[in-house]
Amino acid sequence: MSAQAQASTGEVVVLTGRGITPGVAEAEALVSRQTISGWGGMNPLTGTIIESRHELKGQSVAGKVLVFPGAKGSSGWSATFHMARLAAVAPAAMLFNVMTPKVALGAVVMRIPAVTALDQDPLGIIATGDWVRVDGNRGEVTVWKGGKP
Amino acid sequence: MVQLTDVERAMLDGAHGAATAKAMQLLVRYAEALGAERFVETNNVAGVPGSAHGWLAKYYAPRGGDYRAVFSLFDLDSDEVVEVPRMHAYSCHLQGGMDPQLWSEQGFGKEAHERFAYDEAQTAAHGIQVMKTCTPYLAGNVPVMGEHCAWMESSAVVFCNSVIGGRTNTEGRESTSAAMLTRRIPYWGYHCPEYRHGQHDIDVQVEVSNVFEWGMLGYFVGGCVEDEIPVICGRISNPSLIRHKHFGAAAASSGGVELYHIVGMTPEAPTREAAFGPHQPRQRFCYDAAARERTYQTLNSIGTSRDVDYVMLGCPHYSIGQIRHAAYLLEGRKVHENCALWVFTSRSVKSLADTNGYTKILRDAGAYLMTDTCSAISQAVPQGTRVVALDSAKQTHYLPAIMHIEAWFGTTEDCIDAACTGRWNASLPVAGRAPAARASAAAPTPPATPA
Repeated sequence: MSAQAQASTGEVVVLTGRGITPGVAEAEALVSRQTISGWGGMNPLTGTIIESRHELKGQSVAGKVLVFPGAKGSSGWSATFHMARLAAVAPAAMLFNVMTPKVALGAVVMRIPAVTALDQDPLGIIATGDWVRVDGNRGEVTVWKGGKP
Repeated sequence: MVQLTDVERAMLDGAHGAATAKAMQLLVRYAEALGAERFVETNNVAGVPGSAHGWLAKYYAPRGGDYRAVFSLFDLDSDEVVEVPRMHAYSCHLQGGMDPQLWSEQGFGKEAHERFAYDEAQTAAHGIQVMKTCTPYLAGNVPVMGEHCAWMESSAVVFCNSVIGGRTNTEGRESTSAAMLTRRIPYWGYHCPEYRHGQHDIDVQVEVSNVFEWGMLGYFVGGCVEDEIPVICGRISNPSLIRHKHFGAAAASSGGVELYHIVGMTPEAPTREAAFGPHQPRQRFCYDAAARERTYQTLNSIGTSRDVDYVMLGCPHYSIGQIRHAAYLLEGRKVHENCALWVFTSRSVKSLADTNGYTKILRDAGAYLMTDTCSAISQAVPQGTRVVALDSAKQTHYLPAIMHIEAWFGTTEDCIDAACTGRWNASLPVAGRAPAARASAAAPTPPATPA
C-alpha cells in the first residue's frame, strides 16, 4: 500500500471512520493481518493469543490498540473477550475492517472504543509499536508512526 | 440510530422490570455498534445463559456469586445486580460443561458438579429448556423457514440458516441472554433477505455421497470462502440431516460459514440463479481428487504416533441413527485396554438410546454414552490422553489446540477400529466407495444404516 510507504517514523496520520462504541483511549498498536478467534483462540485470563499457527501466537492483546481484519470462530467470542475485560487483560481499543456480530458485541461488552469503516485500510497504515489514539465518539483515529510522541 | 417501537421504548424505560430494561440497554448498544436500524422480534433463542464456571463464579463472589449476579453483571453487562424473572422468549440452553451423571469419569470434582447442578436448576427455574446440546434441532427445537431466531453455536447457526432456511446471525452469550428477556435481536445480516444470496461457486468434481465425504467437503469449503456464502454444485448427492450437520460444522470451523446453498438440496437454492440472486459469483473453487487429498492430509497433519489412547465421537452431538450405527459396529467387540471411547449426544437422544438398548451395547463394550458436552467444551479427556481419533472435522480443528494432544481424522468405522485395537491404521478411502469396517473377524455384519 502506498500510504504505508509514505508514512514514516515521526509522522502523524489521521484516519476517520465509524465509531461503533463510545470512549477515547490511546495505546501502542498490536497489528494482526489474520482474523482473531475468541473462544479457543485467546486465553481470557492472560490476553495471550493461543491459536496454532496464528501470527500473534504467544503475544498478549492486553492494553493494546488491536488492529485486525475482524473476528472469526466460535460464538463464544464476546464472552471470551468479556472475561478478558474482567481479568484486566482486554485491549484498550480496536480498529477492524469487517463488521460481524462477534466483534460488535465484543466491543460493547469490553466497553472499549472501536472504529471501523476507516477511510484508509488501518492494516496498511498502522504497524505494531505505533502509538494510536482511538476516539470512538467521533470515529477518529490518530496514529503516531514509530511510537509515542 | 436504531429506531425503537413503543413496546421497545417501554422495555427500555423499565415498564417490564429492571432486568428487561438492562437487557434492552445492552441490545441498543449492540444494535448501534452493528449499525442496525431496527430490531426484529424473535421467539426462538438458543444460548448459554447464566452459567458460571469456576473463575466467573469466584470473580462475582463479592457481588453474591449467584445466578442472579452472574446473569445481571455478565450476561446483561449491567453494573448492578437485578432480579431476573422467567424468560419471555422460548429459550433453550445449548451445550454445557459436564455430563450430569458421568462427571466424575470426566475428571470433575464434587465442587464443580455442585455449581453445575445449581446453574442447571436455575436454568430450569427461569423457564429455559435444559436441552444441553449443540444440536437443538435434534432435541426438540426445530425452527421453520423464514423464522427469526437468535442462536449461538456456529454449527447450529449454519444448520438453521442453510438447511432449514431460518434466519439467525451467530449471536453471543450476552445478546442471546438479552433476547431471552426481550424477544428482540438487531435486524441485521442474515435476518435480511438481501444478505442471503451466494457469493462464491464451489464445483464438486469428486463424488461426495456419505457423511465422511460431506464433512471433508465442508472443511474444504470453509477454507475457500471463510465467512462468505458458498453455492455448491456438482457431484454431491444423498443429502441427509447428519451429512448436513457434519458439512456445516466443518465449514463453520475451518472458515466461519454461517449460510451455504447446495443447488437442489437447500431451501433457498432451487436453482443456481436463485441461490446467487443479483450477485455474480466472485470466485470459483474446484473440489477435485487433489483437493480432497489435501483436505484429508491437512486434517491428519496433527498426528504422529499411531498409538491411539482416546476415541471421541459425537461432534456435533450424535443423532440416534449415528448412535445406532456406532453401537452395532462395536457390538460383540471390546474397547482396547489402552484406549477409551466416549460418544456424545443430547439428553433427549440419549433417553431414546437407553430405551433402544444402544447405551448398554456401548457400555458392555467398554464405551460411554455421554451427554451435555464434548471434550472441547468441557476440556475433559480421559486421563493421560496423548493421541485422539475423531470422525469430526470440527473436533479435529479444535481439540488438539485446546488440549495440546495429537489427533487423527477418519471415518466412524476407522474410529471404532482404533478404539478396539488402540492403533490408527486408516488411510483415505477411495473416492465414492462407502466406508466399510476394516474390522476383525469377530465383528458382526455391519448394519445397513446409511452413514
